[in-house]
Amino acid sequence: MSDDDKPREQSSGLSRRNFLKASGISLSVPLVMGHRVITVAGAEVKVYGPSKLPVTLLVNGKRQVAEVEPRVTLLEALRHELEVTGAKRVCDRGTCGACTVLLDGKLVYSCSVLAIDAQGKSVTTVEGLTQGDKLHPIQQAFIDNDAQQCGFCTPGFVVACKGFLDKNPNPTPEEVERGLGGNLCRCGTYVGIRAAVAQAAKNKRGGRRNG
Amino acid sequence: MRAFEYASPTTKEQVVSLLGSQWGEAEVLAGGTDLLALMKDDIVHPKRLVNLKEVRELRGITYSPGQGLRIGALATIQDLLDSAVVARSYRALAQAAEGITSPQIRNMGTVAGDLCQRPRCWYYRAGFGLFAKDEKGESLVKNGDNRYHAILGNSGPAYYVNPSSLAPALVAMGARVHVYGPQGAREIPAGRFYLTPSAEGEREYDLKPNEIVTAISVPPLGGMKNSTYEVRQREALDWPLAAASVVLRMSGNTVESARVVMGHVAPVPWRSTEAEQFLVGKSINEEVAQGAGNVAVLQAKSLSRNAYKVQLARTSVKRALLDAARGGGR
Amino acid sequence: MAEYKWPEAEKRTLIGKRVSRVDGPEKVSGKAKYTYDIKRPGMLYGKILRSPHAHAKIVSIDSAEAEKMPGVRAVKVIQGPGTEIRWAGDEILAVAAVDEPTAEDALRAIKVTYEVLPHLVVDNDTKAAAEMQMARQAAAETKGEPDKAFAESEVISEGTYGMPVITHCCLEPHGSIAEWEGEQNLTVHISTQNVSGIAGEMARPLEIPAGNVRVRMDHVGGGFGSKFGPDRWGIEGARLSKLAGGKPVKIMLERDAELMVAGTRPSAYARVKVGAKKDGTILAWESESWGSGGIGGGGSPPLPYVFAIPNQKKQHTAIQNNVGSSRAWRAPNHPQGCLITMGALEDMAAQLGMDPLDFFLKNIDLTGQRAEIYREEFNIAADLIGWKKNWHPRGDKTAGPIKRGLGLSLHTWGGGGHASDCDVTIHPDGSVEVKMGTQDLGTGTRTTIMMVAAETFGLPMNSINLLIGDNRYPTSGGSGGSTTIGGVSASPRRGSVDALDLLFAKVAPALKAEPADLEAVGGMIRVKSDPKRALPWKQACAKLGAMPVTARGKNPGPGTLTSQGVGGVQMADVSVDVETGVVKVNKIVAVQDCGLIIDLKTAESQVYGALIMGVCSALYEERVMDAATGRMLNPNMEFYKLAGIGDIGELVVHMMTGKGYDERGVIGLGEPPAISPTAVLSNAVANAIGVRVPSLPLTPDRVLDALEKKGGNNARI
Repeated sequence: MSDDDKPREQSSGLSRRNFLKASGISLSVPLVMGHRVITVAGAEVKVYGPSKLPVTLLVNGKRQVAEVEPRVTLLEALRHELEVTGAKRVCDRGTCGACTVLLDGKLVYSCSVLAIDAQGKSVTTVEGLTQGDKLHPIQQAFIDNDAQQCGFCTPGFVVACKGFLDKNPNPTPEEVERGLGGNLCRCGTYVGIRAAVAQAAKNKRGGRRNG
Repeated sequence: MRAFEYASPTTKEQVVSLLGSQWGEAEVLAGGTDLLALMKDDIVHPKRLVNLKEVRELRGITYSPGQGLRIGALATIQDLLDSAVVARSYRALAQAAEGITSPQIRNMGTVAGDLCQRPRCWYYRAGFGLFAKDEKGESLVKNGDNRYHAILGNSGPAYYVNPSSLAPALVAMGARVHVYGPQGAREIPAGRFYLTPSAEGEREYDLKPNEIVTAISVPPLGGMKNSTYEVRQREALDWPLAAASVVLRMSGNTVESARVVMGHVAPVPWRSTEAEQFLVGKSINEEVAQGAGNVAVLQAKSLSRNAYKVQLARTSVKRALLDAARGGGR
Repeated sequence: MAEYKWPEAEKRTLIGKRVSRVDGPEKVSGKAKYTYDIKRPGMLYGKILRSPHAHAKIVSIDSAEAEKMPGVRAVKVIQGPGTEIRWAGDEILAVAAVDEPTAEDALRAIKVTYEVLPHLVVDNDTKAAAEMQMARQAAAETKGEPDKAFAESEVISEGTYGMPVITHCCLEPHGSIAEWEGEQNLTVHISTQNVSGIAGEMARPLEIPAGNVRVRMDHVGGGFGSKFGPDRWGIEGARLSKLAGGKPVKIMLERDAELMVAGTRPSAYARVKVGAKKDGTILAWESESWGSGGIGGGGSPPLPYVFAIPNQKKQHTAIQNNVGSSRAWRAPNHPQGCLITMGALEDMAAQLGMDPLDFFLKNIDLTGQRAEIYREEFNIAADLIGWKKNWHPRGDKTAGPIKRGLGLSLHTWGGGGHASDCDVTIHPDGSVEVKMGTQDLGTGTRTTIMMVAAETFGLPMNSINLLIGDNRYPTSGGSGGSTTIGGVSASPRRGSVDALDLLFAKVAPALKAEPADLEAVGGMIRVKSDPKRALPWKQACAKLGAMPVTARGKNPGPGTLTSQGVGGVQMADVSVDVETGVVKVNKIVAVQDCGLIIDLKTAESQVYGALIMGVCSALYEERVMDAATGRMLNPNMEFYKLAGIGDIGELVVHMMTGKGYDERGVIGLGEPPAISPTAVLSNAVANAIGVRVPSLPLTPDRVLDALEKKGGNNARI
């Protein structure tokens, strides 16, 4: 075993293009962190990795930098590097919804987005729905209707409900059932979740009427 | 996931230059919903990922009455569902998109990605290869648990089913797949886009390693009635067990011509010319729809555990026809 | 001497009410920290290399390349050359590295060669199992005179029933973080149902005193019976940590491993013959059952279930196949026994041409001491589902492909409280602390403990500081078998009553009363006979002087606070598309007895959850093993299917509580309602389509197959 914790020399961002043919793909580990530049189709294109690079993420309104390899997913960067652990890793294959976050306001599975790909977009996790200590009405509705048991699917479900209600502020029960088809719960909290979505939608309507 | 390098070009020319000349060197990354799962399972291990999402010309859905629909490769499933013209005139396509019941997948997954996703065969995904052969060269699928496998076009060595939700509708609508590569652009009728490979390492579609899908065009359907019916067990995100898309050119109440394409029953979207011919000159009712369903699966040959899929395919055709006749399309 | 009993119904301020779970805010905001979420300074990530073969001998392991990889901190062989591996997914070797990608790279660099041996992984082939000497046939059991009773039976019904192996599929996988302080002291954060029991199980293999193992856990993402021990990966994680100089090592199972090796429910299949008189009196039962719980063989379902049929003949064969061992799964063995029995009895009712509700009620005395409760519950359930209006004889005769049907079932469970200690401390500043080495699986444990303490002290819940999830707190049992609520409600009740007595002794002089004459109500300590003589709680506590008072509450203990033995019934309404075989749940009704309910809200959630898990198992779940390769074909959540929010229909829960039920005290609720759902759904499908689908899950292939074979053994049209 050798030690590899030492920081590496920063990339100049230049060089190396001489021995790299445009379509030639090598997986030699560059000695530098960051990227190299190759010329393809008459333009310079940055190639990142395979080693670590600084990835800048806008998470819940806060700009943060994680040093990760391109193969690290948004979920892993959030959880391991930024210690934003609300989004959970469960299936890790884009099926269960426990890792759901909003990316530029759209629901996505963060296990299936590369961290490097999430740059320049706003990431909202369940933590980002709370204003200080004040819970979002959807979060409060989850509590009121006991829409969680073990709670491991809950953060993903709360975010999924947020994304759903943003798009369907006045859903029918059937729309709720169809619109949350991307999240799974094992304990069996769906009855509470249905009621929570109904309550949150109702509050939203009430709130709007009252200005 | 194995390590790889990542590039994010902005033109399709750059994309093509960044792709390898051999499969396995590089993969294109769009929605990522299938590719990253394949990489995590170590089924594909590209040395480079080429991100398509910054190539603006691949985005968007446009429509013109003369040309029909043009769906950029990067258009998402949700973009399709948000498109008024798709809902209005390409109902079978909208219905197929609705079958993808996860909003997350709809937001992430692209139309081209749906077409180019790899088979969900559980032997393939477990690392036994596309043909899943044992050390003696015998098919693990044929002798194993093939409940989700092919009932048509399954004489081997491919037993998986084409996993695309949208392909049956697109094939039925006579769509064309636009491809770009080092030799420039070419177009492939959607019905000929899928191939059944004969050797491991080949792909299930007509793309070279350094070609990409840039768009899918769908001709105007005029007044043709169309519909998709999928048999899925769950409301939660679930793969169809069988599906059918139909497009009918009507003359009054009579079928002038028909396209009947079944999904999830064969290694490629399976067009049933038998059912299409059966329908000509008839008006759609329960009995005719059932008859077409029966004809559509006449050639079906079930494996040891998937005989039920013959019935599901038959029902899909029947229900798609009845739904189309009830008002699918204008 | 204090009296230990629950407050009278009219005096309860919290118990029996609908109280929101106290850890709800943490859970909905993402602040709740699960084991998977914990990151310790300098933490390494552990990954495990697993056997791809179901049965093999390890020939060689070459880890040299992995050991040289930058960032790899420890490599540990778990099972070395020469070891016989008996299931795919078994642990071969573990690595710890600075990050997950490095640990994965290291695993890929390890070369293991195996001598592959013959395996058996299917769970329902008794013949193959016998040939491979992997079947254990139990001796036949006989009760009464079965042969004579069958000869006297006017009607005989025969059928096959069964359910496959399913997995726990906890959303938070099994795993832990282990770190050493010196050579002898270990701290473990672990996802467990058994905070107080882990240390002993880790200490033995690690050869350190159990008292040196600190176990911590705030939240656990599901257990369902599969998370009682540290598991081999937990022990090996501690060993890896030691190899890495004591640095924290985190090993959380990958999803595929979670589904392959971290817990399953045994399968059970049975051929059953039932004999009855024409009037519906059940006379005789004969069953030949088999099933597998993996390499351990699995349990034997209780047959016939609940109904003590006077004449019986039965035999069970346990198949020991090359699959990881089963674990406890919500009501071990009962769902299997229930499905087989209720299916066979409903088939008999159909054969007799009787409404199964009438048939069950006619024979209800065979259920023993809870017969009257079942009768009452059936009447309530029948009203809630509209049984009289909606039930039809077997086979929906209406036109069209969608057939609707109703089914019913009943079940029983023990649910007595487990051993539980807690310390209840009243501080001079008026704060109250309850410490207990228990855990909240999401069942509402925290909430109920706080409700009990607050109720006893006459205080609001937020004045109770509850500390759980640490084995330094008084020992409390593992959360399983519906034993938790009894234990964790009785011990704080006793402890709080005793702590209050200690406080009363200090406060009595100030109120010029005897301690026994005092009561704690509405934030006051007051004289029972003269409530105006009172001190606010804080002032009363100030009388303690400098020292807090602590009382140890125990369960078991004096007074009737808990009990055991409950009955419940369920009914289901389904629609089946006979052209596709797709089953949709319209409605399930659960009527459940569980003694005194502490928190009605979380109690109902337990029942809803049990029904939904039942829908998953009835319609979707199945661990698919490949006979040839010995591998699980669906170790993912794409093909290991769970129900989604749109797949469960309408669920109605009715709790049998209040007078006549409360007097029994607290009884566990996790298991009982999880027993019947598969049976009611199987029965409802049979009622809809006119034929029994012999085995779960009720997937299109099985439903269509049963329809095609109509006229076979199970057909009843």
